[in-house]
Formats: sequence, C-alpha cells, structure tokens
Amino acid sequence: MTESTPVIEMRHIVKKFGDFAANDDINLQVQQGEIHALLGENGAGKSTLMNILTGLLQPTSGDILINGQPVVVDSPSKSDSLGIGMVHQHFMLIDAFTVTENIVLGSEITKGLSLDTKTAAKKIQSLSDQYGLAVNPMAKISDISVGQQQRVEILKTLYRGADILIFDEPTAVLTPQEIDELIAIMHNLAKEGKSIILITHKLDEIRAAADRVTVIRAGKSIKTFPVAGVSSQQLADLMVGREVSFKTEKEPAHPKQTVLAIDNIEVDDARGVAAVKDFSLEVKAGEIVGLAGIDGNGQTELIQGITGLTKVKSGHVTLNGKDVTNKKPRQITESGVGHIPEDRLRFGMEVDMTLSENLSLQTYYKQPISKSGVLQPAEMDKLANKLVKEFDVRAASIHVTAGSMSGGNQQKAVVARELDRDNDLIIAAQPTRGLDVGAIEYIHRRLIDQRTAGKAVLVVSFELDEILNLSDRIAVINAGKIVGIVDAKETNKQELGLLMTGMSLEAAREALKEEVTV
Amino acid sequence: MVVQKNNFSVALFSVLFGLIVGAIIMLVFGYNPISGYIALISSAFGSMQDIGGVLTQMTPLILTALGFTVASTAGFFNIGLSGQALAGWVGAVWYALSFPDMPAFVMIPSALILGTALGAVAGLIPGWLRAQFGASEVIVTIMMNYILLFLGNNILQNTMAKSIKESAETTKQVGHNASLQLKWLTDLTQGSSVSTGIFIALIMIVVVWFVMKKTTLGFEITAVGLNPDAAKYAGVSAKRTAVVAMAISGGLAGLAGTIEGLGNYLNFFTQNSSPSIGFDGMAVALLGGGSYLGILGAAALFSVLKIGGLGMPMSSGVPFELVDIVIASIIFFVGANYLIRLIQKRIKAMDEKAATQDAAKKSAKVASKQAKGGE
Repeated sequence: MTESTPVIEMRHIVKKFGDFAANDDINLQVQQGEIHALLGENGAGKSTLMNILTGLLQPTSGDILINGQPVVVDSPSKSDSLGIGMVHQHFMLIDAFTVTENIVLGSEITKGLSLDTKTAAKKIQSLSDQYGLAVNPMAKISDISVGQQQRVEILKTLYRGADILIFDEPTAVLTPQEIDELIAIMHNLAKEGKSIILITHKLDEIRAAADRVTVIRAGKSIKTFPVAGVSSQQLADLMVGREVSFKTEKEPAHPKQTVLAIDNIEVDDARGVAAVKDFSLEVKAGEIVGLAGIDGNGQTELIQGITGLTKVKSGHVTLNGKDVTNKKPRQITESGVGHIPEDRLRFGMEVDMTLSENLSLQTYYKQPISKSGVLQPAEMDKLANKLVKEFDVRAASIHVTAGSMSGGNQQKAVVARELDRDNDLIIAAQPTRGLDVGAIEYIHRRLIDQRTAGKAVLVVSFELDEILNLSDRIAVINAGKIVGIVDAKETNKQELGLLMTGMSLEAAREALKEEVTV
Repeated sequence: MVVQKNNFSVALFSVLFGLIVGAIIMLVFGYNPISGYIALISSAFGSMQDIGGVLTQMTPLILTALGFTVASTAGFFNIGLSGQALAGWVGAVWYALSFPDMPAFVMIPSALILGTALGAVAGLIPGWLRAQFGASEVIVTIMMNYILLFLGNNILQNTMAKSIKESAETTKQVGHNASLQLKWLTDLTQGSSVSTGIFIALIMIVVVWFVMKKTTLGFEITAVGLNPDAAKYAGVSAKRTAVVAMAISGGLAGLAGTIEGLGNYLNFFTQNSSPSIGFDGMAVALLGGGSYLGILGAAALFSVLKIGGLGMPMSSGVPFELVDIVIASIIFFVGANYLIRLIQKRIKAMDEKAATQDAAKKSAKVASKQAKGGE
C-alpha cells in the first residue's frame, strides 16, 4: 500500500494562532480507496487540519500534496476543484427544496432561462445507484429522514466530482441502524475508488469502518496504523495518551435518607401537551439513579419541572422533605441542587461571556463574588482559577469567552460550577454528550465521587453504556411515564432496550428468556 | 478588547466614508468641499458661543445614546427614546412652572427625578408588555412615540393653566429656581444655552458604565440580553430584568428631555414631530459601537456636524441639508459595517496570500535545491 503515491499527503503541517499551535507538525497520508480515520480528543486539532485541507485556513508552514503534486489550497473553491468534498456534521440543506434542487444549488444546469432539473436528476439518480445510496432525487428534504439527508450531502460532493470525501463526525445525529447503513455506504464509496477521511472520536465506528487510523493528540500526529486487530482500549489509550478505563470503579452504594422525591407529577411540553405524566421517583443520598429512555420521552420536561424552569402542572417535588414544587429556579438552586443541563450551550453557559464569569453564574450575587450589588472581579477570578485547576478545565485563559472553548472543556466548566457548591442533589442530564473518552471518564469519576460523598445523583442519559456504568438503580422512562425501575447489577442492555420501547418489565424478561431458550 | 478595537476602526472608516460621500455630493452640485468643510469646522469652533452650542447639542444625545445602549444590552431595540424624552420634558416643565416659589435646591433635584421617572414609566410599559405577553417592543415603542407626542401637545394646549402659558402653543419660561443654566457658564459661552446638563450627562456616562459593567444588576442585564435561557437557568428573572433595563433606558431618555426643558429651551412648545434627540441618540450609540467612551466621542462628532452645519450656508454657500446627508451616510456606513469589515478582511487576506506565496516559493526553491543535491 505504501508503494503507490498517496491521494493526499499533508507534510509537517503547522498552524499557529498567536502563540498557540493548533497543529504542530502533523503528517497525514491517505491512499486511494482507503477509509482513513482521524482520531483525536476534542480540541486535538482535527478540525483545524481539515479546515486547512478544505481551504478555510492557511497553514503557517507545511505542504499539501494531491496525487504527488504540491498544491496551495487557498480557498474553499480551490479545494472543490481539487476534488475534495466535505460532508458536514450539520447539514447545509434547504428544507423546502427537493434533493436535486439542493444538490445543483450553486452549479445549476440551465436550458435557456429555465433550470434543467431533469438532466441533473438523472445524473443524481445514477450516482445514487452506483454507490448504493437509495435517495430519491425528487423527494423534498423536509420529507426524508436525517440519515437520508446525510446521503444527500454525500451526493452533493459526488455530484461536484469529489474523489476525496471528508466525513466530520458523521454519526452524531444518526440512529444505530442508520450508522450501520452509513458504514456500508462508506465501504461502497471506497470500493469504487473514492478516498475517505473519517473524523470521529467514537472508537467502535473506527473499528467497523476504517482501514487505517491516524491518531492526533495535542496538535501532533502520534501514529498511523492499520485498524485490523486493534482494540478499542488501545485506540483510546493512544488518543488520550494514558490508560483509559471505560468502566469506572465504584464501591457498593450505601443509600441513606431520601433527598429528592418526585410524587405523581405532570409536566406539559412547550405545545401544552402532557410530556410527563403520573411520574414518581425517589433519589436517596449516596446513590446514583439513572434515568434511561429514548430522546423525547419527557426527560427534558421532567428536569425542567424539577428545577423550576417549567411549571409542574400537578403533583409534588420534595427536596430533603421540603416542598419545592414550582419554586423559582434560584430558590431551588439555593435549596441544594446542582444542575448540569442537557444543552450546555443553551442553558449551561453564556457563550459570549468569559469563562470566569460563567463559573460564577450561579453565585455572582453572593458574597464574596459581589458585595452590596457590586461585583468583585478579583474574587470571581480567584474562584475561576481554583475551579479550573481542580477540574482540569483547559482554556488559554479564564478571560476567554466560553464559546471559544472546546466542548469537553465547556462541559467540565459547567460540571465544576455545579459540583463546587456542595449540593445535596446533583441532576446531570446528558453529562457527556459529544465528549471524548478521556473527558467522559473524568466526568463519570466526578459524579461517582459525589455519590461516595453522600450526595444524591440523578443521571439522565440516552446512552445505555453511561447509564449502566454510573447507576445504582435504573429507572426507564417511556412516553413520560416510568416503565420500570431495576437494580443496575441485575439488568443488561437488552432488557433496558426493550423497556425503553415501552414494554413492561415482566414482558421484557419473558421475551429475553424465550430468546435464550430458542 | 479586540472587538472594541475593531468597532473603533469601523466607526473611523464610517466617518471617513461619510465625509467623502458628502464631499462628492458637494462637488456634483458645484460647491467646493474643502471650503465647505472648513466652514463647518470654523462654525463649530469659531467662538465660545459655538462651542457652547456643541455642548448643548451633545447633552441629550449622550443620555439617549446611553439609554439605547442599556436597552440593547438587555436585547431590546428601544425606538421609543423620543417619546420617553418628551414625557420627561413636558412633566418637568409643567412641574417647574406649577411651583414657581419652591427653592432651587428642592426644585431642581425633584424636577430631575420626576422627569427621569416619567421617562422610566414610558420605557417600562413596552418592556413589561414584551416580558409578559411577548409584544414586540419595536412596534409598541414606535406607537408610544405618537401617543406621547400628542399627549404632550394636548396637555400643553388644553390642560395647562393659562397662567403658566405664554401663548396657546408655548409655556412661559421656567423661573430661576428651576433653570439648569449657570450664569458663569452662560457668560463664558457668550450667551449660549449650555447648562449643568452637560455635567449631568458626563456623570451619567460614568454611572451607567459602572452599573452595567461592575454591578450584579449589569451582569444580569447582560446575561439576559446574551442568552435569556442561560440567565433563567442561573436564577435570574428574565422578565424582571428586562423590565428594569427598559425602565433605566427610558429613565435616561426622560432625563435627556428634562435637561432639554430646564437647561436648553427653558419652556415647552407644541411639537410637530417626536424630538429628534431620540433617533439621533440611537445613531450615536451605534456609531459609539457599544462602548461608553465611544458614545462620548460620537455625540461630540454629531454635535460638531450639526452646529457646524448651521454655519455652512453663510460662509460657503453649502446648504445645511448637506450636513444631514453626511450624517446619514455615516450612519449608513455604520449599519453597513459588514461592507467595511469585508474590505478590511480582503486587505488582510491579500497580505496573507502574498505571505503564503512567498513561503511557497521559498520552499519550492529549497525543494529544488535538495533535488539537485540528491542528483
């Protein structure tokens, strides 16, 4: 394989932003017909490298060779003409247009004054057939699934003659079935001679899809090697630079008094439809209760109801024996609740404010951060420096805007702020969404430490691995109701999966027993 | 800091482009732009009286610009500064004329507070309507400008006692007990109507800066303006904060109107349209680029153009309307700052491209040398 000229070769790429080197001597070689994974933690420099390849950024130094020829990629259109296409993580499609209209947008074929969509549609159909994409060129974007929309993005690059396709975190928005289909499509593309760069931090996908992988850590390319025969553990260790444990060790739980008691509550969603109904759950001091469920089954409304962000229509929420139903968010926070919100960018932080200000977001009005209504910036920074150190939040300075930080560090900052206040109850919603294994391990460790310290912890997650790893007890929510509560030691993924679809515990156990006997 | 620097250069470019557009139009209509601008400068700084005029003009603009900035920090677009100023103006003059014998040390502070409070109420209403019912503050404030304009005229013409009116269209002058003018200042500026108001405005720049940047209230207003969801999550009452911000905004406009009434005109007279200080204040805030020092600079610039423009027709024959064109073009370029940023970016990109090409050439040379060496 090393004999032939690589399709893409990036040599000694360095990209500096001021003193900070986002890329520090990165080498990357991609062969024709290869699926090459780019593995790295959040903020390791993957995106910077790809922005250089697609002409959005200029390298400070280093060379790019396409088919052995040195090139200067100084604009996205130059990158296009070199046959490099990017399948973005966030689709750039117009909902009201058809697949064909979206694909030809910007390079329309015209017949006189009118659009010649027929010719384009034919070409798209043949491309779709050739690579097994199964997309109907005449379908409207708003009518097709997320997985299909992604294939439209793939078609867009193929239509423009791309030979090198970059997939940026392509599975973040897909269901497990769609992920399998996507991997099959990538194999098809590679078989037809296209080269693929796959950016991801999901290790299983690399093992399922990629031929080779290049690991990037802290702006440096660490190693390139064939994926065959490498374990997820080895990949994770290389990516993070130390041994990573997927399973967080914890001592047996010693649950004590009830901290949070949710009694028969009903909460409406934004449209006024009951999203949570007859919901009851208790979380005791010294235990982690995991709430498992498929996205959109009332988890968001439940948490907003408990924390006072949405009105609870009926029922009661009790905290340490005190009724806090429909109290103001600040009153609930002050009665000892730390809340790691599911959407950190929307609720968890002020992205245009500084890291330091964000770390004081819950305490800015209290001594010593402010005195008689006047902020004390020195105290604010003192707290920020303490938290940054304690929780290993990495940022250029505590005065950079939160929005400029990587997702993992943003989340660490939110976690730091919420855990620092010595709360009795921690509500963690999707605490590790979009984070890499290193950060996940770290946040899991912190949550378990809280439980060991005798706090009550409620974890809401769509990831069963996370639920199983953290929880002592697991409650499963479906259509706003609890379907079952099980001991984490006595259940497994299959059983939880069935419960999440709304099956009762007895039915699920029955079904699994049958499967075994068959 | 970087953002502010960038805003400053945008403001500078806007002013420059505005002056160039003005010059081109002067040329097109056969005037000499150089003598036009010289006339403008000399009319603005020619005498102490002119300087007094510039300061008088600046006073309300600073205050309305501060008001606009506070509201926009909270995520509101307060177009009602004009009506809010009018509320303060009418109220303060009416109050001052109603108590002609009240000693100045009671009258002046109470009149300033009253005018500010009236403006605050006028700002609070649209703020509350939006917080409570989601009513667009843009539409509500525009409409309230009309309500307050005609309410003010109606109070003057039909409600005020005959004894405090000069004519059907004008009140009497407020007495010495309510006037903000100072004898030494009037003498120094050869009879201009500059008053204590300019000092109040300057103090308010510092006060508003302090409140917005250094207090928990300012922190809350900023947080709500940037991301209401995160603010609510952090326990800030988004509704209350929004109403408070709009009240502060309206209060500053009301203070501007009060100073117009008690410092500049010393009376109230029938208004044909909403006072322009409200709209000019918005322009000053935009040109100031969200910085408090910027507001001071922008207000000074506007006032120099306005006062200087008055003298242009006499000494150079250039019509006064041209100054309005210059001011309008400056605002246009501030609004079109995208254009200016694009030009700046192009220039930067050209520099960078030249640099990378140099580097590419160099590395190609090195490569060919190495290749030769290899042979």
